[in-house]
Amino acid sequence: MIALEVAVERKAYRREGREVAAISALRFAVPAGQFACILGPSGCGKTTLLSIIAGLDRAYEGSVRGPAAAGRLGMVFQTPRLMPWLSVRENVRLALEPPPRQEGRAEELLRDMQLGALLDAYPTQLSGGQQRRVALARAFVRDPDLLLLDEPFLSLDAPTAQHLRELLLALWARRRPTILFVTHDLREALSLGDRVLFLSAGPARVVLDLPLELPRPRAPESAAVEALRKRLMESYPDLLRGLAAPSSAESAA
Amino acid sequence: MSVPVQRFGDVWLRWLSALSFLVLWSAVAGLAKAPLLPGPGAVAAALAKLVVSGQLPFDLGVTLLRVAASFALAMVVGSAAGILMGKSRGVDAFFDLWLVLGLNIPALVIIYLCYIWGGLTEVAAIVAVALNKVPNTATILREGARAVDRELLQVAEVLHLPPLRRLRRVYLPQLYPYLMAATRSGLSLIWKIVLVAEFIGRSNGVGFRLNLYFQFFDITNILAYSASFIAVVLAVESWLMRPLERRLAGWRR
Repeated sequence: MIALEVAVERKAYRREGREVAAISALRFAVPAGQFACILGPSGCGKTTLLSIIAGLDRAYEGSVRGPAAAGRLGMVFQTPRLMPWLSVRENVRLALEPPPRQEGRAEELLRDMQLGALLDAYPTQLSGGQQRRVALARAFVRDPDLLLLDEPFLSLDAPTAQHLRELLLALWARRRPTILFVTHDLREALSLGDRVLFLSAGPARVVLDLPLELPRPRAPESAAVEALRKRLMESYPDLLRGLAAPSSAESAA
Repeated sequence: MSVPVQRFGDVWLRWLSALSFLVLWSAVAGLAKAPLLPGPGAVAAALAKLVVSGQLPFDLGVTLLRVAASFALAMVVGSAAGILMGKSRGVDAFFDLWLVLGLNIPALVIIYLCYIWGGLTEVAAIVAVALNKVPNTATILREGARAVDRELLQVAEVLHLPPLRRLRRVYLPQLYPYLMAATRSGLSLIWKIVLVAEFIGRSNGVGFRLNLYFQFFDITNILAYSASFIAVVLAVESWLMRPLERRLAGWRR
């Protein structure tokens, strides 16, 4: 069963009167329940891709099948995007359909994320990392069927980021949503995903589709992840700049 | 828009300010000839008499009803027009000239035209007053609609919020400061214009009565009516506007 089928043939921006291609011939499919990471150089169009899949951007050529049929959508943007006039609790409850059937669900999740003492605080009173956690809670609380995350752990300290990765994996293990996780951190991608899609520099397309069969749990610093990363960098020295020799695509996996 | 926290000392300063105004008034009234500037005591006595006779409460009530009707009409029409103009560049380009026209046409001209076309009726009076305020509301709300954060609207879209919830939780809170500004400036503007409309074409209300006293050079009663008026404004400000503002801006602590 395919949860998500993406075929963005072309997406362009107008910048200073000229057309700049952001995405070109980017095609991939994600089976239901898969945890797919998307990795690419910065500015390659990853955020644009998520906007298209979420239905926020409709000005592109191609098709995206799945999100509408998939059910509830959860999305974590690159910045927290909390409503400053709503308290932490209200921000999370905004994502629940009224009246909230599971009373206390938002609070329970926020306590899990070590935000229990801040339920009635307003976003301006929180640190950047706390705001990020609230944004994650807002996406998790819906029990999404499709979860789109845009570098959600950026600029968090390492222990917090690791704790949140574990929470994400726990949510995924419990509910099996389809996940698209955008990052530029190779270790993070290798430690989380069932699969990593490497994108080229803009206009973005898939240069390498790497299935991962390492057993979980795998920490980003673990020897297995590190060994895989080394092997990958040896086979494709320019992979993180968005280049991979297509002829050797099989040997690394 | 900030809501300063009232300190204990501030309250005393306010009382001191009011008291010194009364002292100054008495002193000047003592120096001037009594009929030209009656002192606070004489005005208070006149005010008490007018209240007891029921004449002032009736006039004040009639005027306040006109203020309320004109204000409601102007806020609804002006906000709708302003939001539409702020959201759509086409609408803005089309109506911009109308707005400049409306902002600059003298209040007196609008009142005369409304009375000529609509007769000396209640409806004509209320419409005339409202028309004076609509361009002002529209201008303020246009700024507000332009400043609406698109990123937060995207959050609402991803969460599939129903229209009413989106309006209440995401869209309107961004406009509250502008609505408050339009309300503030609107009340004082409408207040003043209602009196003009009353003295030109109505046979009751504060404006009508002031004109009557003016013809008899009855300064004491003119001041008594003004005082009642100011009392109402102060009451609206401290018991309606400030608490409302505190509630809406609570998150800005």
